[in-house]
Amino acid sequence: MADLILEMKNITKEFPGVKALDNVNLQVERGEIHALVGENGAGKSTLMNVLSGIYPYGSYTGDIVYNGKVCQFHTLKESEREGIVIIHQELALIQMLSIGENMFLGNERKGKMGLDWDETFNQAEKHMREVGLKESATTLVKDIGTGKQQLVEIAKALAKDVKLLILDEPTSSLNEADTKMLLDLLLAFKKKGMTSIIITHKLNEVAYVADRITVIRDGASIETLENPNHDIDEDRIIKGMVGRELTDRFPKRSGKVSDVKKMEVTDWTVHHPLYEEKIVDDHVNFHVNKGEVVGFAGLQGAGRTELAMSLFGKSYGQEISGKLKIDGKERDLKNSREAIEAGLAYVTEDRKGNGLVLGKSIRENTTMARMSKICSRGGVINLDEELKAAEDYKEKMSTKCPSVEQLVGNLSGGNQQKVLLSKWMFAEPDILILDEPTRGIDVGAKYEIYCIMNQMIEEGKSVIMISSEMPELIGMSDRIYVMNEGRIVGEFTKNEVTQEKIMASILSSDKGIKESEERA
Amino acid sequence: MNSGSKTKQFFLKYTMIIVMVIVFLLFDVLTQGRMHYAQNLSNLLLQNAYVVVLACGMLLCILTGGNIDLSVGAIVCMVGALGAKMLSTTSIPAVAVILICLVLGTVIGVFQGYMIGYARIPPFITTLAGMFVFRGIGRLILDSKTITINNSTFLNIFTAYINLPGLDDGKVKYSAIIIGVIITIIYAAIVVKNRAQKQKKGYKVPSVGSEFGKLAIIAAVIIAYSCALAMYKGIPVMLIWVIAVVMVYAYITSKTAFGRYFYAVGGNEKATQLSGIDTNKIYFVAYTNVAFLAGLCGLLVAARVGSVNGDAGTQYEMDAIGSCFIGGASAYGGSGTISGAVIGAVVMGIINQGMSIYGLNSNWQYVIKGAVILLAVVFDIKFSHKNMSKA
Repeated sequence: MADLILEMKNITKEFPGVKALDNVNLQVERGEIHALVGENGAGKSTLMNVLSGIYPYGSYTGDIVYNGKVCQFHTLKESEREGIVIIHQELALIQMLSIGENMFLGNERKGKMGLDWDETFNQAEKHMREVGLKESATTLVKDIGTGKQQLVEIAKALAKDVKLLILDEPTSSLNEADTKMLLDLLLAFKKKGMTSIIITHKLNEVAYVADRITVIRDGASIETLENPNHDIDEDRIIKGMVGRELTDRFPKRSGKVSDVKKMEVTDWTVHHPLYEEKIVDDHVNFHVNKGEVVGFAGLQGAGRTELAMSLFGKSYGQEISGKLKIDGKERDLKNSREAIEAGLAYVTEDRKGNGLVLGKSIRENTTMARMSKICSRGGVINLDEELKAAEDYKEKMSTKCPSVEQLVGNLSGGNQQKVLLSKWMFAEPDILILDEPTRGIDVGAKYEIYCIMNQMIEEGKSVIMISSEMPELIGMSDRIYVMNEGRIVGEFTKNEVTQEKIMASILSSDKGIKESEERA
Repeated sequence: MNSGSKTKQFFLKYTMIIVMVIVFLLFDVLTQGRMHYAQNLSNLLLQNAYVVVLACGMLLCILTGGNIDLSVGAIVCMVGALGAKMLSTTSIPAVAVILICLVLGTVIGVFQGYMIGYARIPPFITTLAGMFVFRGIGRLILDSKTITINNSTFLNIFTAYINLPGLDDGKVKYSAIIIGVIITIIYAAIVVKNRAQKQKKGYKVPSVGSEFGKLAIIAAVIIAYSCALAMYKGIPVMLIWVIAVVMVYAYITSKTAFGRYFYAVGGNEKATQLSGIDTNKIYFVAYTNVAFLAGLCGLLVAARVGSVNGDAGTQYEMDAIGSCFIGGASAYGGSGTISGAVIGAVVMGIINQGMSIYGLNSNWQYVIKGAVILLAVVFDIKFSHKNMSKA
């Protein structure tokens, strides 16, 4: 019998309307590196949040057995006390504080008279050396690179006396060299007896570091693979990740794609809005025909949202270059207003942050992107027309709400998504860009949204769909572009595409570790 | 819906009006009825005209996200000083002086609006700097003296009373009552017409009792107030200025697309921007506009007091901000109404006047004012925000 440090048994976690985890089982042996893989939204992060007490005991069912005893964590603090430390995908460091202060935030070294700074910085530097950081602990976090910031996070975990380290996509924002450094560090810690769980999309990393791999799909644990010689076939992992049956979850459309190019983008390059030297989209070329659904596949951070937003009136990034042609005419859209007038609509992936005004009614949200339609020339709102428009779209989308005067913040995710779609349909676009249109909504609402897309196509419009759910992309798109690290790395037609092909084109472009290994 | 929650909703909706009535009655009792003397009722409005005007401007700033303008009191002083100086040392006609002063207020606003909207300097800092700068310039113009205004054309434009020959020659100014009745009739006609229109289109209308009950109460208040004005000098011209400002801003915020953008920016700036709305411009206009109104306010105050000194307008910004919050504007932006801000201003006015008449030490007035503002915001957060997150 293996020595298990952690066993999660039959974990089930439900959110209103969605079963995020369904009887998930996970066994982690002491001293191993265990990889957790699965598509976006499969439930990996949810599982780790259950483990660390972010979702408190009682909000899920099932047992967590840690070091041989059943644990009931109510807060993050309780799990940390047991030595379980989670490092989230987004770095949780405060840029304007020093490394030392960050490391002991919430865990301060106290002396007789307030904080003991000598002890703080001394201890901090001790842990920093362990992770290979040579900086002074008084350096501000903003002055070191993202790679080193990730190391600070690990040092911070060491300062908490970590026994089980959980890393949620630790390398998603790192370059190759930093990634290699980080993974080697994990291997070094393993030799000292530490246990880690690593969540990642990058399968080459998995093969490189993981001893065992648990695959999660649609909120269920599918299988656990052994990787004793670190040579597991990536295709074997992919098969577990995506191997679900495609049934008729996607409504058919009758319309034929025309040959007329509706929109054409050439050499589109976008730089990061804050870090000018970072290129988020690199010479992207693509086109969309009239009556076509074009899908964009890729992992998070591939540059798809950034591409869409920068096309939508330069709403993201700086130093944008490249050509955008709509109906054969070159267009320079300076802001979102001009983009809307040019017939574009961008339905954001972040409906609460960028899409809706939650404190306002469905009526007010519906008309927001094109209020001129319900106003007199002087800009006076015709309330009757606005009400009528909002009611119309409520019917069309079958939004479930008592009245259009309902505050959007009080609706469920699926219905919020429908209001967001209403808002952009109301703006009468010719090209609808949908960014993760079905994220976090239930199957029924998804189907309705697919139907709305088909309806747009039948009206002769074009749809660009960005999605991390590959079945949905394959089921709905006429053509799919695959993006990775800001570049287009593949293009497939509906007939030839498979999930394996998409994954393979991402991975073959991801020259991450293997090359740097060869170099070393 | 049971009757319990109906009553609760009624109280939630009309809290501040109920508070206003209670506060008024309380002081009326405390002062042995002196609160409702015609003269005091008339003065209640004149003394608080400045708050109402400023609150209309301040509300737009607060709507954009709880942002405030600290410089309005200083602008009142500076514009008032310039006006008084021009009237007393030059022969520029009064109307031209008024226009120049309004332009000055607007120019200040354009500057601050540009800083906040386009250069993206935080409003708090921009207007804090403005508070010092404009107060200083005002005192420089005054040369640290008090300048008295004697120009009767100027004074009449703001402080005269409507006095129709033949009708208002006696002690009772009948014109006030007649105008009050006309306004009431027009108001009632609008209510009835709107209701009929709604019914024709098949929209839901409030019950007869609540709609006409409300109408009856408002009508009674208008008539009673115009009678009070009739007993004391008639309708003050300043009331017309104030009502004009309030109506214009109430219309903009509730009926126009442009007005709605202020709410949208405060509700979710990013979403608003992606909806094709120029959010920079919204900030720019909010701060340009509040300075313009502060300029107008500078004139009103100069005329009412009859002189300007270096302390004119001190803490007016706080009164305006307080009115908005008492009137239910959200401290996070995105919600609030002009009518609420006006009611907030009147509540503050009643408290001020009541305490003055009662003879309460002015230091106590500060304590009470502060407590009322805090209570109002606590109430806002406890009820409106909590309700939203719960659902």
